[in-house]
Amino acid sequence: MGMTMTQKILAKGAGLASVTAGQLIEADLDLVLGNDITAPVAIKEMDKFKTEGVFDKDKIALVPDHFVPAKDIKSAENCKCVREFAKRNKITNYFEVGQMGIEHALLPESGLVSPGDVIIGADSHTCTYGALGAFSTGVGSTDMAAGMATGKAWFRVPEAICFRLRGELQPRVSGKDVILHIIGEIGVDGALYQSMEFAGSGVAALSMDDRFTISNMAIEAGGKNGIFPVDEKTLAYEKEHGAEVDESKIFAPDDDAEYVRVIDIDLSKIRPTVAFPHLPENARTLDEIPEITIDQVVIGSCTNGRIQDLRQAADILKGRHVAEGVRVIVIPATNKIYLQAMEEGLIRIFLEAGAVVSTPTCGPCLGGYMGILAAGERCVSTTNRNFVGRMGDTTSEIYLASPATAAASAIAGKIADPTAC
Amino acid sequence: MREARGTVHKFGDNIDTDVIIPARYLASSEPEELAKHCMEDIDKDFIKKVKPGDIIVANKNFGCGSSREHAPIAIKAAGVSCVIAETFARIFYRNAIDIGLPIVACPEAAQNIKEGDQVFVDFETGLITDETTGLTFQSQAFPPFMQQLIDAGGLIPYINSKN
Ligand code: SF4
Repeated sequence: MGMTMTQKILAKGAGLASVTAGQLIEADLDLVLGNDITAPVAIKEMDKFKTEGVFDKDKIALVPDHFVPAKDIKSAENCKCVREFAKRNKITNYFEVGQMGIEHALLPESGLVSPGDVIIGADSHTCTYGALGAFSTGVGSTDMAAGMATGKAWFRVPEAICFRLRGELQPRVSGKDVILHIIGEIGVDGALYQSMEFAGSGVAALSMDDRFTISNMAIEAGGKNGIFPVDEKTLAYEKEHGAEVDESKIFAPDDDAEYVRVIDIDLSKIRPTVAFPHLPENARTLDEIPEITIDQVVIGSCTNGRIQDLRQAADILKGRHVAEGVRVIVIPATNKIYLQAMEEGLIRIFLEAGAVVSTPTCGPCLGGYMGILAAGERCVSTTNRNFVGRMGDTTSEIYLASPATAAASAIAGKIADPTAC
Repeated sequence: MREARGTVHKFGDNIDTDVIIPARYLASSEPEELAKHCMEDIDKDFIKKVKPGDIIVANKNFGCGSSREHAPIAIKAAGVSCVIAETFARIFYRNAIDIGLPIVACPEAAQNIKEGDQVFVDFETGLITDETTGLTFQSQAFPPFMQQLIDAGGLIPYINSKN
C-alpha cells in the first residue's frame, strides 16, 4: 500500500523502508525548538537525564518570543534560564532580542527548515513548517527535553486527510480565510491525530505566506501536522533564505496513498471568513453576520504577522483612519519583516492611520501583554485562537480573521468585509 | 500508578489548555503554583472542591490548544489521579503520558459517568467502574510501548532505563 507525504518523511526519519498508519516509530530529529515558556520546563527536565549535554548544538533552536522583551520579573528569569542554557551548551540558534521574532516566522526565514525534515517544537504551532514540505509537530516540554538530549522522538504514524485544492483565491481573500473555512467544515477535532495533506492544482497559486498560515492552523483542527507539496515556490523561498535542500528528502505522496477522507475545495469560492467566539470552528462568512462593533484590532502572530499580511492590511489602511474608539495594534512577526515593512513604507501607513506598531512578540495573542482585553471588550484578531479568556478577561470576545478583514474592521469600527473597501 | 479511585468532576467538550491553565500564570512552571489556578477560567471553585485522588471526566477533544505541559502538570499537582474523556487532543495526550498523568479515552464512560460519582479505574485492564451506579466500561489498554513508558514513570525515566 502506498504512503502519504507525511508517512514517507517519517519512514525516512526512522530509517525504515515503509511505515503504516498506527505504527509507533522512533525517528531522528533534524531540529528541536523551544521558547521562553516551554524551554525553561524542558531545561529543568534535562537535569534528570543520566547523559550530559545536548545531542547536537546546531540542531536546537531557542527562541524567547512569548513574553519578550521581558514583561515582568518572572519572564525575565525564564529568559535568563534559556539564555544561560544556550550559552552553556553553545547552542548555535539562540535568538536574543534584536535578532528574534515569533518562532514560527523566524525559523523558516532563518533557513533552518528544509523539505523532508523531521522537527519537533515545544509549541503547538510548530506545524507551520509543513508549508515547506517538512514534517513538524508540536510537543510538550518533556518531549523537547528528550529530543535535546537524544536527538530522537517517538511518533504514532498518522492517518491523513487530503485537501484537494483547485482554482485561485479572489482579491483580498487569503490563506487565513481558507483555513478558517476548513476548520469551520471539519471542526476543532476534525483532524484529530491525523495529518492534513494539501494537494491539487490550487496549491501552485497559493503564496508561501498563505501556505504558512494554512499549515500554522492545522492544530486548530486537532491535526498532527499540515503539509504542502514542494514546488517551485517552495524552492525559491528556500533559496532566498539560505536553506539547504536535499533532493532525496523531497517527497510526494504515492498515487495509491490511503486517506481517511478527501475534501475538495474550490479556492475561488472562498469568501472572507471570521471565526466567532469561543472556538475557531465557529466560522462564518462575512455575508452572514450581524453588526458587531469592536474595541480592538490585532494584526500579527505566527499566523498572520508576515510581510504579505502587513501589505494586505496596509493596502486597506492607506490614506484612511481607524474608527474612533478602536485601538489597532500591528506586530510584525520578526525584525526582518519589521525592517522590510519600514522600507516599503507600510509602518508609516499604519502610524498615519492611527495604529501602533510593536516590536516582534507573541504579546496579546496568548493574553501575555501589549493589548490585553478588559471585561466585555471585543477584538478582531489575526491570531489563531479565540478561546475563553485567551486575550484577557473571560467575558471578552475574540473574532479570528484575515489581515484584510482586520484592517477593514479597524476602519469601520465593526466587523467589515475587505472586498467592499 | 496502577489504579485510581475518586470523586468525579465533570466537564464538557473542547476543554482547552487556556482554561486548564490560563497564560497569565505561565511565567511560573512550579507545579504547586500552577495547581492553584487549575481550571480557573471555566470553574473558579474547582481548586477548592478537588480532593487528592479525584477524577476528571470530560467529553470530546480534552486539552485542545497549546502545547503547554503546564496543563497536565497543573491537573496532576491539583491532586487529580486520572482524566477520562471521549477523546483527547494529541499534544495533551502525549504530554500527560510523558509526565505520568494517567489518561483514558473512553466515549461510553465519558457519556455515562455523572458529576459526583465515585469511579474506580484499573489501568492494567482498562476497566472503568462507576461505583455509584454500578456500570462498567471497557477502555482500550495502552499499547505495549506506552505501557512501558507509564511503568517507568514517564518518558525521562524510560529513556534513562534504556541507557
Ligand atoms: S504568536 Fe500566538 S500562537 Fe503563535 S507562537 Fe506566539 S503565542 Fe503561540
